[in-house]
Amino acid sequence: MEIKSPEFKENARGALADAQLQKALGNVRAGFIDKRLKAIDALPEFDALRDSAREIKDHTLAHLDLYLEAYEKKVEEVGGKVHWAETAEDARQAILNICRSVNARTVTKGKSMITEEIGLNDFFEEQGIRPVETDLGEYIIQLRGERPSHIIAPAVHLNKEQVESDFRRVHDHLPVARDLSEPESLLAEARRVLRSEYFAADVGITGANFLVAETGTSIIVTNEGNGDLTQTLPKVHIVVASIEKVVPTLDDVSQILRVLARSATGQDMSVYTTLSTGPRREGDPDGPEEYHVILLDNGRSSMLGTEFQDMLRCIRCGACMNHCPVYHSVGGHAYGWVYPGPMGAVLTPSLVGVDKSGHLPNASTFCGRCEEVCPMRIPLPRMMRHWREREFSRRLNPATQRYGLKGWAFFARHPKLYRLGASLAIPVLSLMGGTKRRFSWLPFAGGWTRHREMPAPESRTFMQQWRDREAAKQGGVA
Amino acid sequence: MTNEKPRIGLFVTCLVDLFRPTVGFASVKLLEDAGCDVDVPMAQTCCGQPAFNSGDRADAAAIAENTIKAFEDYDYVVAPSGSCAGMLKKHYPELLKDTPMAERAEAFSAKVHELMSFLVDVLGVETVDASHAGSVTYHDSCSGLRELKIREQPRKLLDSVKGLKLKEMRDSDVCCGFGGTFCVKYPDISNKIVSEKSANIKASGAETLLAGDLGCLMNMAGKLQREGSDIKVRHVAEVLAGMDDKPAIGGGRN
Repeated sequence: MEIKSPEFKENARGALADAQLQKALGNVRAGFIDKRLKAIDALPEFDALRDSAREIKDHTLAHLDLYLEAYEKKVEEVGGKVHWAETAEDARQAILNICRSVNARTVTKGKSMITEEIGLNDFFEEQGIRPVETDLGEYIIQLRGERPSHIIAPAVHLNKEQVESDFRRVHDHLPVARDLSEPESLLAEARRVLRSEYFAADVGITGANFLVAETGTSIIVTNEGNGDLTQTLPKVHIVVASIEKVVPTLDDVSQILRVLARSATGQDMSVYTTLSTGPRREGDPDGPEEYHVILLDNGRSSMLGTEFQDMLRCIRCGACMNHCPVYHSVGGHAYGWVYPGPMGAVLTPSLVGVDKSGHLPNASTFCGRCEEVCPMRIPLPRMMRHWREREFSRRLNPATQRYGLKGWAFFARHPKLYRLGASLAIPVLSLMGGTKRRFSWLPFAGGWTRHREMPAPESRTFMQQWRDREAAKQGGVA
Repeated sequence: MTNEKPRIGLFVTCLVDLFRPTVGFASVKLLEDAGCDVDVPMAQTCCGQPAFNSGDRADAAAIAENTIKAFEDYDYVVAPSGSCAGMLKKHYPELLKDTPMAERAEAFSAKVHELMSFLVDVLGVETVDASHAGSVTYHDSCSGLRELKIREQPRKLLDSVKGLKLKEMRDSDVCCGFGGTFCVKYPDISNKIVSEKSANIKASGAETLLAGDLGCLMNMAGKLQREGSDIKVRHVAEVLAGMDDKPAIGGGRN
């Protein structure tokens, strides 16, 4: 997938100037934060559950090879097939081979960020296969030729009037006079249109929230039920999942599920939690004839054993972006790749390189709200700082920044020179502030003064005044 | 005669030293009133956050070493900033963990406190002797709130100020958009965040904005003044120490 993270600043400026987007972003704040808080307040053991969820994932990551092999063994025991994919290209090719083997022309898809990561829809279209997104939000952005702006609410950047106009444009076989003014009528229309697609599809593709090593099960959590139809009705079900989705047992899953939906949408549980173990067995009323799992690495195994390993605990709840002041300001598209917000600011450099996505870990105030709400207790700001360290040591940040910092650091490391410089400069700057005691413009401070006044120094430095006070005391005693 | 007063090394913070000495003197007064012996080591400069948060670990570690050496002999190290105190207390040990300074960084960390937390949690101060006729609203700066759990302490002390009325703003715990170098590296995003903050400050109806971190205060004061607001902006220590007779940060509109 094309990466636009290098243009983060331009993307952000565009987003800030987009009145409709700004209005829609207000819904993120209103929609997610209070609901999460309410759900958590009702569950006194929430923090203990977070600890236990973290331990489960840490344990799994420490033995990831063992659990993945155990998982593969179980999948094959129940009649499924695991395909290991080191890169996005490998994954696309494996998926294509399966689709070709059944002459697939239409593929339905449940909501899946991992297929965004490997750019599956564009690839399908190049290959003459028609992908149909069945999650309502994903369906809407597919109609618009956009990509998700949020990992659990892909169309959160849109309002219902935009969706109505897209439906009227695309569903042109339906009566023009129909009423689409309410979200319910939009939903009903999407359901009606998608219904026939489920039956027409040759292959259904879903992601996975969890892969269970104990049983070879893949699990998705959804609110619309589209995932169930996607994976049950076609002849072939393909699960696309990254390697860190594996957990040891069903018990472990049930622990993590208790923090997932609460952190994401403030629900106790998502409406559907769907477990899928192998293809249809003899006597099963329905289910696919073939069950495949594409296990994607795409750079994740190189995070193991590094300062970024904790990021692999992420369960994609979206709480970090729901609480991020930067995400609230610019929305998800500005981040320029698949994963936005704080989790994206850490994960994107791991997967595409910090040379292409250096803005992301820098565009944070380190307010720490993401880490505070993360159900898996991922130290997101610390890892963003680690990316800044790598950039600094590889000299990837702008020379002016580096020299400015080095110049400042020289003085900060030499207190006497620092003191001397400050005692000369500060009183002058203070006088320059005049009776207003502030500046509307200062050389080299355009970043500050473009949007705000700069308070002038009050007077001489504290240290100058303190010395005088101590000297006077000494004099007084003598 | 033995002096049993706790000996405090005041970490003034670079912004207070350069821009707002009143906060330093207010801190000294609050600590002395609470029975402490306050000293200000001259070998201090900045806590090193600009380097640390820009990925320059080597300079940050060198600054951390200087700071530890200058302060480690005091009983306590107190800073009128949650952000700088958080750096000294939480990040110095992390920064120096694989160096010969590791143990000293841990011992130093145990002595470090943010001013409000030190007064209330360590010294058990319940009230201050100050009065302030008017209403204030209080912004919870991020590092103090999330790294050091400072929330109730300043409010408790403000509650004891005669004549003061606290009017809470909406989202007082949401970032003001300062973020150190963030505000100049991403000025447009920072502006958006501080604009939300200033709207909440104004909507509170308070005459004065207080907070415990000068960086955030300068950011919010600068925005309010650019928008033509006459809300006064001060560090919380100034009001608690009865030093609210000085001109407010950035002068305010007089």
